[in-house]
Amino acid sequence: MSADVKLEDVWIRFGEFVAAREVNIHIQEGEFFSFLGPSGCGKTTLLRAVSGFLSPSEGKVLIGGNDMAGIGPNKRPTALIFQNLALFPLMKVWENIAFALEVKGVGKAERRKRADELLELIALPDQGDKMVNELSGGQKQRVAIARALAAEPDVLLLDEPLSALDLKLRQHMRTELRAIQQRVGITFIYITHDQGEALTMSDHVAVMSQGVIEQVSDGNTIYDSPESSFVASFVGENNHFAGTVTHVDGDFVVVDTPSGSIRARNIEREGQKQLQSGDEAMVFIRPESLQFCDNQSFDNTLNAVVERQEFEGNFWHVFLDVEGSSRTVSLSMVNDGSSVVHDVGTSAKIGCNAPLAVALPAGSLAAE
Amino acid sequence: MSTYWQNYFKKNGLALGLFMLLAVLIWTLVMIILPQLYMMDFSFRANVPPPQWGSETHVYTLEHYRYLIYGNVNSTDAINYIDLGVFGRTILASIFVTLIDVCLCYPVAYYLAHVAKGGWGRLMVMSLIIPFWVNELLRAFAFKVMFGTGGVINDVLIALGILDQPYDFIRENTALYSGLVYAYILLMIFPIYNAVESLDKNQIEAARDMGSPWWRIHWRVVIPHAKPGITSGCTMVFMLTAGALAAPQILGGPSSLWFTQLVYKWFNNSANWARGSAYALVLLILCIVFVLLMMRFFKVKLGEIAK
Repeated sequence: MSADVKLEDVWIRFGEFVAAREVNIHIQEGEFFSFLGPSGCGKTTLLRAVSGFLSPSEGKVLIGGNDMAGIGPNKRPTALIFQNLALFPLMKVWENIAFALEVKGVGKAERRKRADELLELIALPDQGDKMVNELSGGQKQRVAIARALAAEPDVLLLDEPLSALDLKLRQHMRTELRAIQQRVGITFIYITHDQGEALTMSDHVAVMSQGVIEQVSDGNTIYDSPESSFVASFVGENNHFAGTVTHVDGDFVVVDTPSGSIRARNIEREGQKQLQSGDEAMVFIRPESLQFCDNQSFDNTLNAVVERQEFEGNFWHVFLDVEGSSRTVSLSMVNDGSSVVHDVGTSAKIGCNAPLAVALPAGSLAAE
Repeated sequence: MSTYWQNYFKKNGLALGLFMLLAVLIWTLVMIILPQLYMMDFSFRANVPPPQWGSETHVYTLEHYRYLIYGNVNSTDAINYIDLGVFGRTILASIFVTLIDVCLCYPVAYYLAHVAKGGWGRLMVMSLIIPFWVNELLRAFAFKVMFGTGGVINDVLIALGILDQPYDFIRENTALYSGLVYAYILLMIFPIYNAVESLDKNQIEAARDMGSPWWRIHWRVVIPHAKPGITSGCTMVFMLTAGALAAPQILGGPSSLWFTQLVYKWFNNSANWARGSAYALVLLILCIVFVLLMMRFFKVKLGEIAK
């Protein structure tokens, strides 16, 4: 069984503080949906509203079409995986996994059988008799998933469950989580501040900032066509240039910035082009969208001086002082074997074509 | 060994090192081991007046232990029913008092640790602690007045029509048990509080999220986690109740003797320090054995109760 989750005009307030502001989201049945945002943006609060640990100040939470008002966490068809996993350290691994069945009054033999099946699913066969603390971080992670799945929830909620793992394991668990989700076919709602996790695993991502949903879309769209300056600056690396729109030209605008005028895409939001002539705007250009001009010509060119270079194996990262911009601009290029000819201190022209530059109304940026 | 001490003083410095060494020595030797050794020695010797202590009449004998088990040499009973009976009753009553304390204190400790927030919690803790500024004797006598036949409890029960005539709470030991339960309540609440407080709230929420009703959350998650604290509280309350003197003396009914009252009688009224020591030592050792057995039964290690 799987179910869709709908948040309708949800507001969550703690006294004066607004943790969630007019949230409207429809999470489809069986999809992997992520809430992505910096810590304190209200994403965990929303998850707790779905799981039933707190009720929204206003608005409705619907799971599988049923209004969840007044239904406690122990009666909802959801299971929550906590950030610190919250496994029961005094129970054996299999008892942890079978806890939801124990609650339902399933007999011991049947519980053990089901726990063994789930251990099989998470690729930890024969580990059932161990104590939780004898397992490694990644194994605990999987036990927490199995324990939640044993409750046969329609919706699985995950609150940054990978944050305690080291990088390698985290990347491995991403793939594994996605695979488990596809195997069991239920709705996963995933909370994270790690854009890598959100983009790699999710069917859809909601980017959140200060209690507001900034954008809901698939990962690709979020990265390539951010709808707000917050999303553009929070997801991935981005260089930004502030300026004023001088004219609108089809899907593009021309923004006059201290570094020169830049032609960029005019991103739509709710079917509306966001920028008009005379608006304050911000142009965002990703480091990998910038290139040294050398002999090529680009829609936009900027004059710069090479400040510093970093070699990262597959990438060269070049940091430049761009004329008219007080901020260091970064440029990344694939290490294709050709050595970088631009020494530190030399001036160079860098460029980017208009479809790779994004213009958005001036607004708040993500903290760095 | 000498390098150990060198390192010890290097790590702690001379002043702190010496202080800790002396403090620990005095504490264990002078405060704990020596007095008990004296009492033990006494308990195995004949009862002679103090001027003859150490003289040839102060001989070693098992007569005091014999007395506790078989009674007077002239007694016709097979064993010393009276004193052993008192002993058994003291242990049973102490178990009873300990159990009541657990039942009362676990919910309070849980509430303090996981439900009460900020000022309200502090107020509760204060209202638990401050009444213990009142000394033990005053408290015991106050209980005696309160539970007396003309006391406020009887008055209220009669006014409410629950009783026709005053109930003798003192004779029935209700006052005694209430007094003892109350006397050691803090020693039960705080160890449990400490243990429960260290439980990750997420574990409680996880259990709830998986559909668990409240009682199963306690049974499967909270109580197992709090077991060392519960054991620690129980051992302290049990030991202190079995060794209590003031409350039984003041609140006990005429028919009820606490074992410590026998000990007191031998030391004081009968001036038989030797027999008093033997009785006290038996009480101590059997209580320790009982506690260790219980800990074994509930699978708690000795080290855990110090957590």
